Amino acid sequence: MATSLDKGPARADVLQSLTGLLLVLFIWGHMFFESSILLGKDAMYWVSKMFEGEPVFGKPYPLLVSGVGVIIFTLIAVHAILAMRKFPGSYRQYQQFNSHMSDMRHPDTTLWYVQVVTGFAMFFLASAHLVVVILQPDNIGPYASSDRIWSGHFWILYALLLVSVHLHAGIGAYRLAMKWAPIPAASSKVTRRRFKLAMWCIIAFFLCLGTASLVTYMKIGKQHAPHAGERYIPTHKQAIQESE
Amino acid sequence: MNQIPVHQAGRTLRIQVLRHNPRDPASVPQLQTFELEEADSMTLFIALNEIRERQDPSLQFDFVCRAGICGSCGMIINGRPGLACRTLTRDLPDNIVLAPLPAFELIGDLSVNTGKWMRGMSERLETWVHTQGLEQLDVDAIEEAMEPALAEQIYELERCIECGCCVAACGTARMREDFVGAVGLNQITRFRLDPRDERTDAEFYELVGDESGVFGCMTLLGCEDMCPKDLPLATQIAFLRRRMAAAV
Repeated sequence: MATSLDKGPARADVLQSLTGLLLVLFIWGHMFFESSILLGKDAMYWVSKMFEGEPVFGKPYPLLVSGVGVIIFTLIAVHAILAMRKFPGSYRQYQQFNSHMSDMRHPDTTLWYVQVVTGFAMFFLASAHLVVVILQPDNIGPYASSDRIWSGHFWILYALLLVSVHLHAGIGAYRLAMKWAPIPAASSKVTRRRFKLAMWCIIAFFLCLGTASLVTYMKIGKQHAPHAGERYIPTHKQAIQESE
Repeated sequence: MNQIPVHQAGRTLRIQVLRHNPRDPASVPQLQTFELEEADSMTLFIALNEIRERQDPSLQFDFVCRAGICGSCGMIINGRPGLACRTLTRDLPDNIVLAPLPAFELIGDLSVNTGKWMRGMSERLETWVHTQGLEQLDVDAIEEAMEPALAEQIYELERCIECGCCVAACGTARMREDFVGAVGLNQITRFRLDPRDERTDAEFYELVGDESGVFGCMTLLGCEDMCPKDLPLATQIAFLRRRMAAAV
């Protein structure tokens, strides 16, 4: 019996959830690292060099960042292909779902649609962001990033991506929990309410954190605009240069 | 003498019913408006009966038990599925729009053939106890005892009245006609829990391990939120998903 089972559907569902979980954890971690700019340029410089492997290898290897970018890109591609199984496959199905959603006024049904829309938006937004990271991995730093955001007008992309990714990730994490978590039936309603509350709190937190850091990058970029392209020299190296 | 206090709410309800008779080629689906005085503790079931008795005897809708047990009076009430007999008009606005449950064959007006759909689902998912040696079973003998906690758990899932509200509330079922819905997945979980059913997880996987079964569910949770019997459908589907994912 077991040999004749079509394992595809189970594997596809598990893989969609797993890639989603990894991407959620990645983006939440990403937010803490990118917002290091709130602690100052030196902190962000240190984080960027840390990801280029400087503390381990003695000198930075930006290719490491490209490598992570490629892995994330792959995860997104796999996740998107698997998620598309669930999308309305025809205009008729789309219509059915749309009228169902507007008639039902049911939050979780509407949240799925929000995920479809934000997921679709990220096809373009996340891809654009990742292509830049993969092709120009050395272009990440307090001034390099700020110049790209302000002088390169990337703030428009990042603002849209920020909203899309956190709605998608927050709702996705909630849905993952409801999909797989072994919640006792007796307390399922209370647990679900708590998950939902946690979802909104997490989304709000990361939107605030992301906005604060994006605004900081924009401010630095605006101040640095006349020297756009010049790299940041960390305080300890500035001191060395000055003493020389 | 005991007297039951009766308060006249004094509201005039405007009930719009989506009417259509699929067997009449001349019938065109349309909303017909009925007006009636709201009575104290009036349910939609009472309101519909009053309309049928006093205003339009041709109005079709189903009911049997009037107490949320038979599952016959499921319909779309202001956009959401629910049982007419369990819906108090005082919880609804002055304007009420009623439509038949989607996803099921329309018999006429608010009456749909949930039975046909449920039977199809039941035959497809084989929702009965599968066990060897039934021919030799002595029906007069006392059944083997079951742990009370397990019996309770099975009973909890057995409370499903197959009203069809979970199917009508499901975005997946609305897009995919072959989706078995929460009612089907709940029944599979019920038989998987039952120690008398000898089927293995691999055999259950054959029944629900695809996109029309548990892996088609998108966890929109309309089923859980609209179930008139408050069945723990989300946790049951999650349980089945975990078991089916582990079965391969």
